Amino acid sequence: MIPLSWYLVLAAAIFCVGLYGALARRNAVAILMGIELMLNAVNINLIAFWRYLNPGSMGGQVFAIIVFAVAASEAAVGLALIISIYRRRSTVAADDLNLLKW
Amino acid sequence: MTVVQIIFVITAIVTFLAAIMVVASPNLIHAALWLVLTLAGVAVLFLLLEAAFLAVVQVAIYIGAIAILVIFAVMLTRQVSTGLASQVNRTWWLAAPAAVILFAGLIVLFSQVAGFQAVAEPLVKEPATLVVDLGRALVDAQGYVLPFEVASVLLLAAMIGAIVIALPPAPTVEEKGA
Repeated sequence: MIPLSWYLVLAAAIFCVGLYGALARRNAVAILMGIELMLNAVNINLIAFWRYLNPGSMGGQVFAIIVFAVAASEAAVGLALIISIYRRRSTVAADDLNLLKW
Repeated sequence: MTVVQIIFVITAIVTFLAAIMVVASPNLIHAALWLVLTLAGVAVLFLLLEAAFLAVVQVAIYIGAIAILVIFAVMLTRQVSTGLASQVNRTWWLAAPAAVILFAGLIVLFSQVAGFQAVAEPLVKEPATLVVDLGRALVDAQGYVLPFEVASVLLLAAMIGAIVIALPPAPTVEEKGA
């Protein structure tokens, strides 16, 4: 059987790759993709902990479903924002969007 | 190594390399397609963890909806997406060590979890019963009906918000007069 640690290491690796994507990419859509990677890594962890430590209760799976709902909302609103910004300013590079920057 | 372990290792390698390509690919359409591969790998992991319902949800919501939405957004903003001089910002060299340090920290933290080396015990229940249990828990007053309803309201609010935000800007006075 697979030890829990394998899942945790893989999820941590994907989370950090997603974090790098969210921090380093200039394109706003690419930043959103990094955030999706991070949310997926969190879901792997939630389900792995549910399966290995507490398979009797459904809490782990319910939590993962809530994360799905939040990820879907985040993607919809985020991409709508990007399209709106593109219409008004003809750019999607995150470092050009400095309207609220001090 | 058992067959299950070999399947896990192959899935893990494919998923991880696809995740790397998502953040490294200069072409955003390619990055979105690598994202689809990563999401499919995560769905296989859910199957290995015997969460079959979540694997189906992963394919339907992530691959079916979110990835398609991302690809549409890339196409709608195409000219600028591929025309950027550089795909990474000025502080990317800070982001890379930050990610590596976080990875090391997470591993240290995880190794102190009580069940780090735990091996899964066989499920007591049938897989079909698990789905029934999950459905009951989602609508049970003693279970998770409140978070479930809050998530529904959040989705509705996000949907309306996305439509309002993405509406074209209202015409100005001069445009109306013309």
